[in-house]
Amino acid sequence: MLDLTYDAPKPKIIAGAKHDWELVIGMEVHAQVSSKAKLFSGASTAFGAEPNSNVAFVDAAMPGMLPVINEFCVEQAVRTGLGLKAEINLTSAFDRKNYFYPDLPQGYQISQLYQPIVGEGEVLVELGEGVARKVRIERIHIEQDAGKSIHDMDPHMSFVDLNRTGVALMEIVSRPDIRSPEEAAAYIAKLRQILRYLGTCDGNMQNGNLRADVNVSICLPGAYEKYQETQDFSHLGTRCEIKNMNSMRFIQQAIEVEAKRQIAIVEAGGSVDQETRLYDPDKGETRSMRSKEEAHDYRYFPDPDLLPLEIEQAWVDEIGASLPELPDEKKARFIKDFGLTDYDASVLTAEVESAAYFEAVAEGRDGKMAANWVINELFGRLKKEDHDITQSPVSPAQLGGIIDLIAKGDISGKIAKDVFEIVYSEGGDPADIVEKKGMKQVTDTGAIEAAVDEVIAANPAQVEKAKQNPKLAGWFVGQVMKATGGKANPKAVNEIVSAKLGL
Amino acid sequence: MSELTKMKVAGARDALRAGEVTSVELTEACLSAIEEAGALNAYVHKTPESALEQARAADARIKAGDAPAMCGIPMGIKDLFCTRGVASQAASRILEGFRPEYESTVTGQLFDAGAVMLGKLNMDEFAMGSSNETSTYGNAVNPWRRGNDDAQLTPGGSSGGSAAAVAADLCLAATGTDTGGSIRQPAAFTGITGIKPTYGRCSRWGIVAFASSLDQAGPMTKDVRDAAIVLQAMCGHDPKDSTSADLPVPDFEAMLTGDIRGKTIGIPKEYRLDGMPDEIEQLWADGTAMLKDAGAKIVDISLPHAKYALPTYYVVAPAEASSNLARYDGVRYGYRAKLEQGDGITEMYEKTRAEGFGHEVQRRVMIGTYVLSAGFYDAYYNKARKVRTLIKRDFEEAFAAGVEAILTPATPSAAFGLGEVTDEDPVQMYLNDVFTVTVNLAGLPGIAVPAGVDRTGLPLGLQLIGRPWEEGDLLNTAYALEQAAGFVAKPEKWW
Repeated sequence: MLDLTYDAPKPKIIAGAKHDWELVIGMEVHAQVSSKAKLFSGASTAFGAEPNSNVAFVDAAMPGMLPVINEFCVEQAVRTGLGLKAEINLTSAFDRKNYFYPDLPQGYQISQLYQPIVGEGEVLVELGEGVARKVRIERIHIEQDAGKSIHDMDPHMSFVDLNRTGVALMEIVSRPDIRSPEEAAAYIAKLRQILRYLGTCDGNMQNGNLRADVNVSICLPGAYEKYQETQDFSHLGTRCEIKNMNSMRFIQQAIEVEAKRQIAIVEAGGSVDQETRLYDPDKGETRSMRSKEEAHDYRYFPDPDLLPLEIEQAWVDEIGASLPELPDEKKARFIKDFGLTDYDASVLTAEVESAAYFEAVAEGRDGKMAANWVINELFGRLKKEDHDITQSPVSPAQLGGIIDLIAKGDISGKIAKDVFEIVYSEGGDPADIVEKKGMKQVTDTGAIEAAVDEVIAANPAQVEKAKQNPKLAGWFVGQVMKATGGKANPKAVNEIVSAKLGL
Repeated sequence: MSELTKMKVAGARDALRAGEVTSVELTEACLSAIEEAGALNAYVHKTPESALEQARAADARIKAGDAPAMCGIPMGIKDLFCTRGVASQAASRILEGFRPEYESTVTGQLFDAGAVMLGKLNMDEFAMGSSNETSTYGNAVNPWRRGNDDAQLTPGGSSGGSAAAVAADLCLAATGTDTGGSIRQPAAFTGITGIKPTYGRCSRWGIVAFASSLDQAGPMTKDVRDAAIVLQAMCGHDPKDSTSADLPVPDFEAMLTGDIRGKTIGIPKEYRLDGMPDEIEQLWADGTAMLKDAGAKIVDISLPHAKYALPTYYVVAPAEASSNLARYDGVRYGYRAKLEQGDGITEMYEKTRAEGFGHEVQRRVMIGTYVLSAGFYDAYYNKARKVRTLIKRDFEEAFAAGVEAILTPATPSAAFGLGEVTDEDPVQMYLNDVFTVTVNLAGLPGIAVPAGVDRTGLPLGLQLIGRPWEEGDLLNTAYALEQAAGFVAKPEKWW
């Protein structure tokens, strides 16, 4: 990786009535594995299907049905692990997590408690230029998703949709290395970005394909450093887990209100109970879902229907060799190779498709100029219509064509914007459009001279004034541009006006 | 009783191929024998129409010269197997009305080979029991009675219906399943042959799960040759079962030479229990002598952890069962309790499972839940897993030392009276499995062969335990024992 050095951000300080407090946050992110079939059945994972239409016998836990691991989901988990620079466990195993719920037909979720497929890794979370938090990943395991219970369709009954039942999830567990709500959101964003680069999760938070459980605790300044030295959790406060969040905004809000709740309790002489809570965005509060005493006893034990999952190093290496360039590397390369600013490089690498688009435009052209056009013109225009880069009506070749016309001096930057608008709304080859619509800039000095002469001849008074005050030359330039319909090369006009006025 | 129903699989196969009998004739004979045998309560769902349809199709195949060994053979199928469109309830109320839309791999293979299903056979609920008394249909009855009284006896369990049906000639062969002895104990109690193959030999797909790491299907037949033929059709690799072994299946029947000269047979001293009836001791000694006379080398061996097998089994099996049976919740299929106004999902679970599961199943679900609970997991489940490894290692060491098969009694007694072992003391019932559970814990093949009778004339069985994947060799040793023992007694018809 190209070396970019970062400073760690300062933890967020929340002022209580008596003390300043710091936040300690760890996250469990559930990412739906991008795969056409479920983790242990051949049923489709397509979103939005008729309820209970993507359900195999094993998903519905019919008697005698057995799970068979989907190798592609394993490959995706390995790919994710490699993308997070994590160790891959060649032997992992599946365990059953037992609890009763109507949308969990087996009465247990097949997960990996004791031997996850991926071990320790890390994610670099940038928080502005030169500032980043390194968040350690503790583990990633694969498990089944549950179905969906619908309680508001009938006053007396609940309904169950098993389409999601058995879909593969990766649970990505971080260490408590996150120190502010903003870092938490940035961590999710970065994770999402990496997963999308890898193609292992589409990151669609609205559909619940990426969601997080957030563990929040508070501590006095200095306590966290003691934890860091010793890895002894007793230096930290008691944590509460806020379940199932699928919006970055709500995650930030929830952390904020949960921290304040805990501070109020502790400052009033109380103690925080370890429990699972839910965030209610309407009321802006977290509330208890179940306490430690009520916590399920999941009775985890090795799933006897599945043999330990053994994979080979050679296969892992093969997957490793096929990894795409990841965001950190790509950004560093954009800065180095194209001379981009940190900001522009971040914007362009946010999505792998944007980065690819930019690279296609920048190929053989001026990188900064390409970046300006992609970010300011294209992204701006797409945003107006709520489109993303994959929906762009302008291809990289077309945008590159416009930039080429500017570079050749055929059109000015101003005309180029008009050409862009035509290409965006009507399509077509920029060079043809410029040719056909006569938008080509006049660089023929003879024609420009004639136009300048005409303006000078028609405005003797202005000529006198300009000779006193050279700044007025701009007025002549404007008149010439107007007379030529904006097509005159502004640089040439400037020079000729100055020369003719004897400035 | 028609002579046709007394036929064995091998004989019927040959007669069918020779055109001496048709599958329809065999099937009709069995169906009428079943009709007469209501007192045995062996069949819990009869399928005469589809049986005759299968029989006609089988006759056509035989006529066309396309007749696998099982073609046209009328069989009974244990209720634990899911059979498409036919009630498959694991003898439990909780699966009331359940008709699967799929066929278990094992029954599918049998039917593909042309076997005919006469109906579903009684068993202990979810295969939990050793006397068939936990069945929601009421117990099956052993066709054997003591020579000196008319008391009704258990056919054993959990495959009690299968055992009774084979012993009473209500089919030519039956499927069974064996988690702790559920094929071998009832086979021994009814004077028939039953083999539990190596774990992974038969697919578990479509068989209602009791304890996944122990469950294996196997045939229950009138003799060892039939066991070889039926097992051949039942086993093989199934990609739908991750624990199914991708190994070639040899021709078991072809391996039945009866020649066991030079074979090393181990006699484990730990199987000599305090208070074991003399008759069992004698039977074991007789069996040992028979194998020796047949040219085998007899060696004393030690399986030091065998004494922990029963408690280990009764931790591992209920633990897995408690999880496997969680799916019977009244939500999607089977029985759902009637609910009161205001009852929620918790009440639905509680009432459904309280009414749908019988006592023994509830007891094991509770034991299993307990041994997996936080704070008890290490003391029970994890310890049991470790002991299981040691039990397995005992066998590995014996085999590594050259032992090729191990001879033990199959059960600690002959069939006992129904209602004789009461619910109050479940351990008494669990002791029935004392000689068989080790085989399941170690994943080995084991076969029960009838070898004698007790003083009241009830059959007694011996068990042979083989090396993993060596069913062919094990069957051959059992064949030699069968030849030597010459057990041909049949129960006298009273039903």
